[in-house]
Amino acid sequence: MSPRPGFVLEVDRSTPPTLFWHGEGFRLERLPSGSRVIYAPEPLPALKDPDAAIRHALESPLGDAAPLRSLLRPGMRLTIAFDDISLPLPPMQAPDIRQRVIEAVLEIAAEVGVDDVVLIAALALHRRMTDDELRHALGERIFNAFAPYGLLTQHDAEDPKNLVDLGQTDQGEDVEINKRAAESDLLVYVNINLVAMDGGHKSVATGLASYKSLRHHHNVRTMLHSRSFMDRHHSELHSSNWRMGTLIKDAGVNVFQIETTLNTDTFPEQFRFLQRREWEWNLRDRAGFLASSKALERTPPEIARRIFHSIRAPHQMTSVQAGEVGPVHDRTLENLYRQQLVPVEGQSDILTMGIPFICPYNVNSIMNPILVACLGLGYFFNLYRGKPLVREGGVVIMSHPTPWAFNPVHHPSYIDFFEQVLSETTDLLEIESKYEAAFATDPWYVHLYRTSYAYHGVHPFYMWYWCAHALSHVGKVIVVGGDRAAVRRLGFTPASTLSDALEMAEDVVGRDPTITHLHAPPLLMADVQ
Amino acid sequence: MPVIADALAGKRIAVTGATGFLGTALVERLLRCVPGCEVVVLVRPGQRLSAADRTRREIVRNDCFDRLRRELGERFDDEITTRLTSIAGDVTRDDLGLDDTDRATLASCDIVVHSAATVSFDAPLDGAVEVNLLGPTRVAEAIRHVHDEHAPGTPLPHLVAVSTAYVNSGHKGDATEDLITESRWLSMPDWRAEVEAARRARSDTDAESRHPDRLREFHRRARAELGAAGTSLLADRTERFRVDWVSARLVELGRSRARALGWPDAYAFTKSLGERALLETRGDIPLTFVRPSIVESSLAQPRPGWIRGFRMAEPVFISYARGLLSQFPGVPEGTVDVVPVDFVVATIIAVCAAGPDTDDTPSVYQIASGARNPLRYGMLVELTREWFTEHPLYDHRGQPIVVPKWQFPGRGKVQGQLRRAVKLLTTAEKLANQLPVRGERAELVSRVEERRSQAERALEYVELYGAYAETEARFRIDRTLALSDALDPADRAEFCFDPATLDWKHYVQDVHLPSIVEHARVRTSPGKRTLASREERATRTILAPEPRLAVFDLENTLIASNVVESYAWLATRHVDQSERARVVAELLAEAPQLLSLDRRDRGDFLRSFYRRYEGAPADRLRRDGEELWSDLLALRAFPDALARVRRHRLLGHHTVLITGALDFIVEPLRPLFDDMVAASLGEDYGLFTGEMIAAPPTGEARAILMEQYASNYGLTKAEIVAYADSTSDLPMLEAAGLPVAVNPEAKLAAIARRRGWPIEHWRKTRGAPLRPLAVSALKPGIRSNNHGRISTGSSVR
Repeated sequence: MSPRPGFVLEVDRSTPPTLFWHGEGFRLERLPSGSRVIYAPEPLPALKDPDAAIRHALESPLGDAAPLRSLLRPGMRLTIAFDDISLPLPPMQAPDIRQRVIEAVLEIAAEVGVDDVVLIAALALHRRMTDDELRHALGERIFNAFAPYGLLTQHDAEDPKNLVDLGQTDQGEDVEINKRAAESDLLVYVNINLVAMDGGHKSVATGLASYKSLRHHHNVRTMLHSRSFMDRHHSELHSSNWRMGTLIKDAGVNVFQIETTLNTDTFPEQFRFLQRREWEWNLRDRAGFLASSKALERTPPEIARRIFHSIRAPHQMTSVQAGEVGPVHDRTLENLYRQQLVPVEGQSDILTMGIPFICPYNVNSIMNPILVACLGLGYFFNLYRGKPLVREGGVVIMSHPTPWAFNPVHHPSYIDFFEQVLSETTDLLEIESKYEAAFATDPWYVHLYRTSYAYHGVHPFYMWYWCAHALSHVGKVIVVGGDRAAVRRLGFTPASTLSDALEMAEDVVGRDPTITHLHAPPLLMADVQ
Repeated sequence: MPVIADALAGKRIAVTGATGFLGTALVERLLRCVPGCEVVVLVRPGQRLSAADRTRREIVRNDCFDRLRRELGERFDDEITTRLTSIAGDVTRDDLGLDDTDRATLASCDIVVHSAATVSFDAPLDGAVEVNLLGPTRVAEAIRHVHDEHAPGTPLPHLVAVSTAYVNSGHKGDATEDLITESRWLSMPDWRAEVEAARRARSDTDAESRHPDRLREFHRRARAELGAAGTSLLADRTERFRVDWVSARLVELGRSRARALGWPDAYAFTKSLGERALLETRGDIPLTFVRPSIVESSLAQPRPGWIRGFRMAEPVFISYARGLLSQFPGVPEGTVDVVPVDFVVATIIAVCAAGPDTDDTPSVYQIASGARNPLRYGMLVELTREWFTEHPLYDHRGQPIVVPKWQFPGRGKVQGQLRRAVKLLTTAEKLANQLPVRGERAELVSRVEERRSQAERALEYVELYGAYAETEARFRIDRTLALSDALDPADRAEFCFDPATLDWKHYVQDVHLPSIVEHARVRTSPGKRTLASREERATRTILAPEPRLAVFDLENTLIASNVVESYAWLATRHVDQSERARVVAELLAEAPQLLSLDRRDRGDFLRSFYRRYEGAPADRLRRDGEELWSDLLALRAFPDALARVRRHRLLGHHTVLITGALDFIVEPLRPLFDDMVAASLGEDYGLFTGEMIAAPPTGEARAILMEQYASNYGLTKAEIVAYADSTSDLPMLEAAGLPVAVNPEAKLAAIARRRGWPIEHWRKTRGAPLRPLAVSALKPGIRSNNHGRISTGSSVR
C-alpha cells in the first residue's frame, strides 16, 4: 500500500480532540466545528540501499559536474563541510546520513590517494558541537581518524586568520568565508535537507560565512521580503545566497554539493501516536499517549526535557543527489515537496500550532522564549508556498509553556537580549539599528562562541528577525499555557486555554472565524492556493 | 516700644547649650525679637571643628534661622557677625576650659543662660553627673573667676539656670515653684558623695569590662556577628562591644540609683542635685531657675512645628505609628505635661528681662501645662490615633500600617509582654544565624534581627518614658503666670507663654505630629519609593559613567560554586565510573571537615586543599579548565553578575577579580577583567607540586590589594565598588566606598541592611541542565582509562 498523501481534515462533531504539541508534552484540544487540521503526508518509503544510492549519486552527478572520483587526485587539498547539530530534528538514529555520505566520499578519496583532507562542521554562528555530538554525526571511525590530528574542525566565524574575503556581489554584499574551504582544490558540502530552506547556495554562503557576510541577508529587510523563506523562488534570503554562491563559484571555489532528503518518519516506536491521525489511534496509540502524558505530568520539566532530547528519530533517506549546486538543489526540492507538500484551499482567520520541544537551535538544550517565538512565527508560519495559512491581519495561536528559562552555556547572549533588549522594545527595526552591532561585536560573546559552546552574540537577533514576516502579517499573537511574564516580554498575549485564546482572537478577526491547525511535526509544507 | 526689648537693649547675653534644641531656639529668638541685645554662645569645640565652625554649622545653618534669614535678606550675615559671638568652652571642665580672650568675653556678659544638659533620659550616670550635676556649679564658678579678673567692682551677671520640672515630680499633687532645698518631699543625698560614687562606678565598671571572661564574651559576640572578618575588624567590634557594655551598665546604674531615691530617671535626679549644688556654690551671683516640663516642638515661633533632633517622646509616637508599640502603659486620665519650645524660650527671655529678684534669693519659674491646661493621656492617644489613621505610615511593601487601639494596661504587663517577645526573637535570630542560607532567605533572617531590635527599643521606651506618662505631680506655674500678666500687652502677644492659650487638638494634630513624622524619615506614602530609591541611588552611583574600580569576589558572587566542586569535576574527568564514585564519595564524607576549616581560615583551607593537586599533569588541567567552564561553572554562573561586570567594562570602569580559586580554572573569565588575582600552583616537570606559588589574598590582604589597584589607577576610596557575599570579605567591603552585598549570607545581610549597602540577589538561570554532583558530564566508557587520574596522590590526606 503506498503511503497516503497529506490531508486536510474538517472538524465536525464526531472528530476526536486534536493533539497539540506543548513543549515537553502535549495537549488534546477540541477545535470548533468547521476548523481545518493539516496533516503531513505519511512517510515515503526509504531508499532500499542508501549506500548504493550515495555511491550512484557520486558517480553520476547532476549538472555539468564530473563524477567525484574524477575530481580527486593525489596531493590535492580536499575539504568536506557538513551540516551541524541543527539538522536533522530530532537527531537521527545512527548511522547518521552525514556518516554514510562522508564515509563514501572518504572511501573514494582514499582509493585515489588524497591525503590532505579536512572536515569542517559548517556552524555559521551556531554553537560548536561537542565531541559526543560529532561522534554521533560522523561515526566513531571518522571521528577517531580525524579528531586526534586536528583535522576535524569546526568553522570559526570569528577567527580572522581562517577567513578569506572573496569580494562583493553586484548588490554590494560582502562574501567572507572559511579560508581552508575557499582555498581547497575541492569543497564537498554534505547537506541534510530537512526543510525547503536548507541547501543550495545557502550551504556554503551561510554555513561557512562570517558575520560580515551573513548580515547582508540575515536582517529585517531580507526577512520581510522572503515570502516565504521556505520558498526559494520567493525568498530574498535565497536570492542573496544565490548571488553569493555565484560569486564564490566565480572566485574559483570548486563546490561539489551533496544533498539528501528524509521521509517524515520522525518519532520512534514508543511515540508512534505522534505519527498518526487521532481518529485512527488504536488501543496501543491511546495507551501510548495516556502513559506518556500521565508520566510527563509527574516528571519535573528538566527530566522531561532530557527524555525528549534523547529521542533519536528513525528518519530514513528518500533521496540523495550530488554535483552542481543549482541542479542538485532543484532535484532536492522536487523530492522534498513529494514528501512534505500538502495542498490547502485558501487562508483562514486564525492559525493554531503546537510548538514542540525542539528547534534547530536547542538540540540538547532548552527552548527559551525567543526560540519559541522563532519556531512558531519563523519556521512554522513560513512552512507555506503561495500564501500564508493565515490571512493578513489574522491571529496566530501557539501552544507552549514558554518558561522564562535559558541555557546559560548555549544561549548567554539570549539572556541579555531578553533582559536588556526586549524589555525596552520588540520593534524589529529599532532593535536592529540600536542594539545589533553591540551584541555582534561584544568580546565576551565572541569569546564564548569561540571557546565554549555558545551561539554567537548576534544570534538572538536573527531569531527575532526570523519572525519579521509573521509579525508584519498578523494582527495578534497569542500563546496558550505560557509563562505570562515571558510571553508578554515577547510582545504576545498570554492565554490559559485554547478557548480563551480563540475568544481573544475574535476581538481581532471578528465572530465565527475560520481556523486552521498546523499538525506538525512531522513536518509538512502547505501549498496554499 | 515693648518693654522686654527695652529692658534687654544693649545687654550681652551668654548662652550655654546653644547647639541643643532649646538653646538654638533661644539664640534665634533673641537675635530676631530682641534687636538691641548681643548674644555670646559657649560652644564645645568638636574633634575637627572649632567652636566658631560649630556655631556656624550647627546653630546658624539650622532651619530654625530660616525665618530670620528671610526677614533680613542680605543683611543676615552682617547681623550675625555683629551680634553673635562664639567662645570655646566645655561645661565639664573647670572654669569651662576658657582661654583668655574668651574669659574676657564671658566677663563682659550681663546675663548667662545655662541650658547645656544631657537631656537623654538614658545617659550613663557619670556623664549625667558631670554635665547636669556639676555643670551649673562650674558655670557659676567660671562667672565668678572671670568677673574678678576682668570686671571687678561691677555687678555680677544674672545667672538663669534651665532645669526641669521633674526635679520636683516624686510625689502626687501640687509641685510648687519652690527651691529644691525647700521641698518637703524629697530626700536629698549629699551631692558630693554622689559625684564620687558615679566616678568610682565608671572606673569599677571599666575594670570589670576588661576581665578575661568578659573580653572572651565580647570577642565571641563579635565573631558571631561578623564571622571570619579578619583580626582588625573583629578587634574593633570587640572593643565597641566592651565600650557599649560599660555604658549600658552605667545607664542602668543611673536609672536604678534615681529610682531608688524617688526620681523617674537619672536625668531628673542629676538635675535636681545640680540645682542643689548650684544653690550651695553660687556665692552672691544673682540666680533664677527656669524649670520646663517636657519640651516639644514649637507652636508658632520661629515656625509651627520646628523641632531639632529626635527627642524625648518622638520615638514613642513613631514606634506606635509603625505598629511596633501596640500598648503603652499609662492611665487615660493621667496628665502628659508637654510644653512647646517657644513657650519655654519666651519664659526665659521674660525672666532675663525681669532680672533677678531684688532680695537676692533665687527664684523658680516653672513652665508646664499640667496645672493650667492639662493634656490628658487618653486624649493625646486618641488624637494621635486619629491622625495616624488618616495619615498612616507605610511598611516596606508599601502597605499602610494600621495603628492599634491602645488598651492602657499597667506598665508591668506591657514590659512582661515585650520582654517575652525580645527573648523569643533573640532565640529565633540565633537559630537563624546558624542556618546556611544566603540571598533572599538570608534577608528574611536579617529581618528577624530587625524585629528583635525594634522590640528591644520599644521595651526601652516603655521602661524610660513609662514614668512620665504616669506622673501624678501637678506642676504649678503661678509665678510664671504672674510674670506673664505683668508683661506689656504687646510683649504678651509676642512672647506668649501662657499654656491656657494652647489648643491641644491643633497642637498635636496640626503642629506636632506632622513635624515629627517629617523628622523621622519614615515612609509616608504608598509604593516602594523611599527605600527603593535609596538602593536605586546607590546603583546609579555605582554605575555612573565616571572612573571606577569594580572588584569582584568569585564564589557565590559571580558563580554558585567552589574550589571543592571544581576539584571534583577535574578529578573525575578522565576516570571511569567506579573511580568517579569513589572520588565523590570521599569528598562528600570530608565535606563537614572542609567546611569548618574554610570557615576558620580561608588561607589555611586553600593551602591544605590544593595539596590534592600534587602530581597532576599541568597542561592537561589547563586544557580541562576551558571545558570545566562550559560543563559546570557556566551553569552555576549568575547571568546578572556577568551582565554587571560587562556593564562596568562598557562604562570604562576597571574590573578586577580577586579569588582563591586556581588561575587555570578562572582563565575562561579573562575577557571580563582587567586583572585577575587567583591562586597558582607550582610546577615540576609538567606536574603540579600541590603548593601555591602565589597565595591568593584573604581578609585584610584583599582590602589592601584592592586599595593598591585603586591607587594604581589613581582612584580614591569613594570610587571603589566591591562585590562580595560573605563576612570574610568585610575588610574589602569596608574599604570600598561603594560596597555591594551579593546573595549575602545572613550575617552579611544584617550588616548590609544596617549600613544601607545595596544588596543584589543574583540567581542562576532557570533552564540550565541539572548537575547535582559536580562530576564531569562526559559519558562513562567513552574515554575512560586509568592513566588519566588527576593525580596519583589524590587520595585523601
